[in-house]
Amino acid sequence: MNATTMVVFVVLFIFVTVLGFYASRWRRSSAANIDDWALAGRQFGTFITWFLLGGDLYTAYTFIAVPALAYGAGALAFFAVPYTIVVYPFVFVVLPRFWSVARAKGYVTAADFVKGRFQSRGLALAVAISGILATLPYIALQMVGMKTILQALGLGGDIPIIVAFAILAAYTYLNGLRAPAMVAVVKDILIYATIVAALIIIPANLGGFAHIFQVASAKLQAAAKPGSVLLSPKLYTAYATLALGSAVALFFYPHAMTGVMASKSRDTVRKNAAFLPLYSLMLGGIALLGFMALAAHVNVNGNNNLAVPLLFMKEFAPWFVGVAFAAILIGALVPASVMAIAASNLFTRNIYREYFNQGASSERQASMAKFVSLLVMLAALIFVIGIPVQFSLYLQTLGGVWILQTVPMIVGGIYTRWFHRTALLIGWLVGMVLGTLMEYTVGFTTSFFALSPGVVGYAGIWALIANVIVVLILSLILNGAKVSNGVDETTVSDYTDEATSA
Amino acid sequence: MSKELPRQKNNRRWWYLVLIIPFIGTLFPQLYNAMTPTIGGLPFFYWYQLLWVIITGLLTIFVYYVSR
Repeated sequence: MNATTMVVFVVLFIFVTVLGFYASRWRRSSAANIDDWALAGRQFGTFITWFLLGGDLYTAYTFIAVPALAYGAGALAFFAVPYTIVVYPFVFVVLPRFWSVARAKGYVTAADFVKGRFQSRGLALAVAISGILATLPYIALQMVGMKTILQALGLGGDIPIIVAFAILAAYTYLNGLRAPAMVAVVKDILIYATIVAALIIIPANLGGFAHIFQVASAKLQAAAKPGSVLLSPKLYTAYATLALGSAVALFFYPHAMTGVMASKSRDTVRKNAAFLPLYSLMLGGIALLGFMALAAHVNVNGNNNLAVPLLFMKEFAPWFVGVAFAAILIGALVPASVMAIAASNLFTRNIYREYFNQGASSERQASMAKFVSLLVMLAALIFVIGIPVQFSLYLQTLGGVWILQTVPMIVGGIYTRWFHRTALLIGWLVGMVLGTLMEYTVGFTTSFFALSPGVVGYAGIWALIANVIVVLILSLILNGAKVSNGVDETTVSDYTDEATSA
Repeated sequence: MSKELPRQKNNRRWWYLVLIIPFIGTLFPQLYNAMTPTIGGLPFFYWYQLLWVIITGLLTIFVYYVSR
């Protein structure tokens, strides 16, 4: 490996490490409570929230997997663009109400909310379990992203990844959400620089987009498993339902909820919904890198994930390869850290406090959550070292399907109490079982399931439709029979409060 | 005056309907699954969707101001 590349890479990594540890001094609070560790005291303004959510949602794995899909299958990979377009109008309308009620009632997780809204421990447990199960493989995939980069750098084996993760676990433990928020700023600047440079330099080197697509198209068609730079008409429903389903699920992942709840005002959430699409533009550019890799004739040796790293090594000057690789590696650290925090919040608030230590003080919860974050990191590390990558990938696909099944209770609850808690729980169970079965029948290798030979769509959406139908029918019956729907601890004004105090 | 304020705010929520437009523009691939016209060599399929990122951002900013 080139020495210049390695020096630039290592210097940037050390810089970010120092920053992660230094983050504790940033807007420090003396309080050792759960709000301070898990949500950095709920004080992030528009700017920091933009970096944090951007760094959190557009993960390193995305940067590697989306172009890898373009490289291997073609146009289908671009579903990431409509996905990250339609998510924001949805967020703009729905999430401010969630932010308000979370602030008014001091909720730290989505499970806290459903518990308070429906007085239901069952629903809270459903949200907590779905969230934790979906998050663990997602963290593991971030490590896969890191491993890909380290491998391309010539740092093979398990030691480099263990070192990187030990550092990450340490500053996450010490500084909570402050660490990834601070690192996110550096990460995003590096990523933007890399992508802008890539989109200027590489197409020029390769003779322009017309030529790139000509070569890519020919190569995709000639592949053993042919792809195409346009969609085949039978994939229209698949493309649209995958984009829509992924969009609806995205902000109900625990790490996204954490980012939203850490912001200081309702207005911060609304502004971010308007400005986060800038990242989607970048993601579109990243997807195009897959076609460039085809046109540049990089040889991935069967591992499509290497398409972008190899493309960079072929087309960039050595020092800039260092910048680009550091950007991707740091791009894995930010989401992995937030995900670990979010998963340990769910465990601490909705399992530990609920079933093991009901009177746990906020300080006790904080120390528990910190400890659990270490276990979460360790679990993900074992995943990535001990279990084939393919398995994490399958679980992550399933994770999306599972998160989607919590949407009726969360979004439904944000707007109305008409849905019955028992109906929501049974609907969730039906969605979970159906979604998992559909994935099982396709061998977990794809997100798509054919309802009938002509109708191929995202399994998560099919399961969600079944879920909602069950919820509607059972709510009608249970409400009609006047079965108790629990006591709502929230009030109408909790959902609209600006609540800028604190 | 104070009685009219909430009602006014409710009326402003109608602007949220503007945000349905991006869903229609992007979730029907049959509308844009084409190679031509290209821009700078980029097939229509790709630049059309990238353009919608910008349109959606602008629409959201617009709704942000009118619904405040």
